[in-house]
Amino acid sequence: MDVRQRFETAELKAFRAEVRDFVRTALPDDIRRKVAQERMDLPREDQQRWHKILRTKGWACPGWPREHGGPGFGDDQRYVLEREIALGDAPRSMIYGEGMLGPTVMAYGTADQKRQILPGILEGDVLWCQGFSEPNAGSDLASLQCKAERRSDAAGEHYILNGTKMWTSEGHIADWMFGLFRTDNSGRKQEGITFLTLDLKSPGVTIRPILLFEGTHEVNQVFFDNVRVPVANRLGEEHKGWGIAKYLLSLERFGTAEVSRSMASLARLKRFLRERDPFRHAPAQKDAVWRRVAQLEIELDALEITEVRFLFGGGEAGPESSMLKVRGTEIQGDIFELAMTCAGGHALAARRDETATDDQAARTGQDTAYPYFNFRKTPIYAGSNEIQRNIVAKAVLGL
Amino acid sequence: MIANLTEEQRLLQESLERFRQLDYTFEKRRAHLAKLGAQDDPAWAMLAEMGWLAATLPEEHGGLGGSNADLALLMEQFGRALLVSAFVPSVVLGGTILRRAGTAAQRAAHLPAIAEGREKLALAYLESTGQHAPGVVTTRAARDGGDFVIDGAKTAVLYGNCADHLLITARTSGGDADAAGISLFLVPAGTPGLSADTYRTHDDGWAANLALTSVRVPASALVGAEGSALPTIEVALDAGAAALCAEAVGAMWTLHDLTLDYLKVRKQFGATLGSFQALQHRMVDIYMRCQLAQSATMAAVAALDSSDARMRGRAVSAAKALVGRTARQVGEDAVQLHGGIAMTDEYAAGHYFKRLAMIRLTFGDEEFHLDRYRSLEESPR
Repeated sequence: MDVRQRFETAELKAFRAEVRDFVRTALPDDIRRKVAQERMDLPREDQQRWHKILRTKGWACPGWPREHGGPGFGDDQRYVLEREIALGDAPRSMIYGEGMLGPTVMAYGTADQKRQILPGILEGDVLWCQGFSEPNAGSDLASLQCKAERRSDAAGEHYILNGTKMWTSEGHIADWMFGLFRTDNSGRKQEGITFLTLDLKSPGVTIRPILLFEGTHEVNQVFFDNVRVPVANRLGEEHKGWGIAKYLLSLERFGTAEVSRSMASLARLKRFLRERDPFRHAPAQKDAVWRRVAQLEIELDALEITEVRFLFGGGEAGPESSMLKVRGTEIQGDIFELAMTCAGGHALAARRDETATDDQAARTGQDTAYPYFNFRKTPIYAGSNEIQRNIVAKAVLGL
Repeated sequence: MIANLTEEQRLLQESLERFRQLDYTFEKRRAHLAKLGAQDDPAWAMLAEMGWLAATLPEEHGGLGGSNADLALLMEQFGRALLVSAFVPSVVLGGTILRRAGTAAQRAAHLPAIAEGREKLALAYLESTGQHAPGVVTTRAARDGGDFVIDGAKTAVLYGNCADHLLITARTSGGDADAAGISLFLVPAGTPGLSADTYRTHDDGWAANLALTSVRVPASALVGAEGSALPTIEVALDAGAAALCAEAVGAMWTLHDLTLDYLKVRKQFGATLGSFQALQHRMVDIYMRCQLAQSATMAAVAALDSSDARMRGRAVSAAKALVGRTARQVGEDAVQLHGGIAMTDEYAAGHYFKRLAMIRLTFGDEEFHLDRYRSLEESPR
């Protein structure tokens, strides 16, 4: 039996049809066009607008339990929902709040913290960013040095932050940051790290944009100059933030393989090739291109099955799932590279196809180099593919 | 390979593992092969005795009525054991063809014999180009009274040297590459006019090139209707290709395990090979490829049950294309990561590599199946 049969129950089929229908009718066209251009730098307003549409439908924060306002979907429903949202060219969820901090607060937060943090995420009113990486703490995250010193004065107990955070995605459109800060340097580097949340409007916070080489503004460097953070903003115990961070990073189970988005990208490329037929005078090249498309489709299909095997095989997904991220981002990169080369000379133009419509024959492919360049980030971020291979080597193969 | 084994499948798997670990170890296999003549195969009797030849054949003809999942389970273990046998041509191809198209008399006469191991079948369909295209048939069969007379040649008939009956494709009408007009004949070995050039294959198996000169067979030798055998042949070759994918997955996981073990014990520069990151990452690539090939194979095996020929063909071709590519990468990398030891005849890795290379070339290589996968798209170009 094909493992994907599990999504073919009458209930899930009906749910899939409902989601597909809903996305088609409810997704604003201007947002859909941006997503169809493979853009990940969606403005804050677009992300909020879509989140609130999902919220009204009751599908925002699909993995959240009912007691915190989510629909309490099981894994099967979440999987189907994520797939259909991607295939419908709708934005991905705002992962930092919804996917990462929210569930972590549910697990580690006090009653007050849950009350203060969760509703803002659920309603899409408060956008979060993640302050983990630093200039000298990338793949080796535990060597982070951004300092938080405990102080006490008339206004109460607080931490004073000094230092910098690097590669902060969406820092420029976020309201708050959660992050890891060094509170003690005396022991192992994994010890003495504390998990704090802070208002980015706090005095002493400076956000400097880092433009990516293809021109998008997604990441930032954030500087802290004697930034005051109340002790009440600490999640879990002082010095014990590393364990919380590991929990938070383990939550990223769905979508690390980018299967749904790659399916959407590949479908777009096929429509482009079919409708615009750029190789109509070059039969050998046309044949070669379609072979590559078929190859990618076969690889993506095998990856999808592997993802279902790992995520739904019973028990928690283990370190094997690191391979999903590795292969998923490799295949995704291959799709964008192929889309760019299929556009030929049109891909030279460093300008967006703002008139992009569903009519693929009308598209020149002039914006296809953007995702090719932009998505070189995915094998690097969220644990570089080399780190993921290290994880598999150590934790799966015992090397 | 199979998600959620049934109790029966668990027992089948255990017996296969015992066979592999006790009766068909790499050393015993070597001894078998040294003695193995063209006609006698000491392992064959074991397969029959264990009921494995009967496992997937229909109950009304002496089989055990097992599923395609059972077939995948058998093949994966055969792959791990590096089993040299006529199982695929006889049971998978022969069994599938007779079940689907054989007359009641043909089924009754041959299926129980195949299930018991008394009889072996082989499929002769490759022609002079050597390319896997079952619809290209230049061998001709002409009616002559109540008989057919067949003339032509067949290439690389797997275990064609030891088959008791050969299933031979021949054209009864149409042009060389027409889908219509292909017929299938069940021809006893030793029929006058049939001659075989027999040889060993690189994986220690056997094959034969056949020459057919005025081979006369009665009309009752026809399997299925005259001129319309191609769909049956495609069903059988899909089953064969999916079975080989499962075998390859078993063989690749074994190479994975051998290589991993070697990296953990072999020391150079005062450290185990497995402590070097460059080698760790290549080992992880082998692991990833095995997982993905297994996933594609699972889908192909599941699709064998589909009544939709397009869906079935697409899933099988996707798997065979991916497994083929993977088999090359895993086979070559396993040898490279071992170093010189894997080049030796006495070490197992090279033999798995050879079997994988033969599987790639059997029932369609990567390029063939990539093309077929494309041609079976809902709206092909």
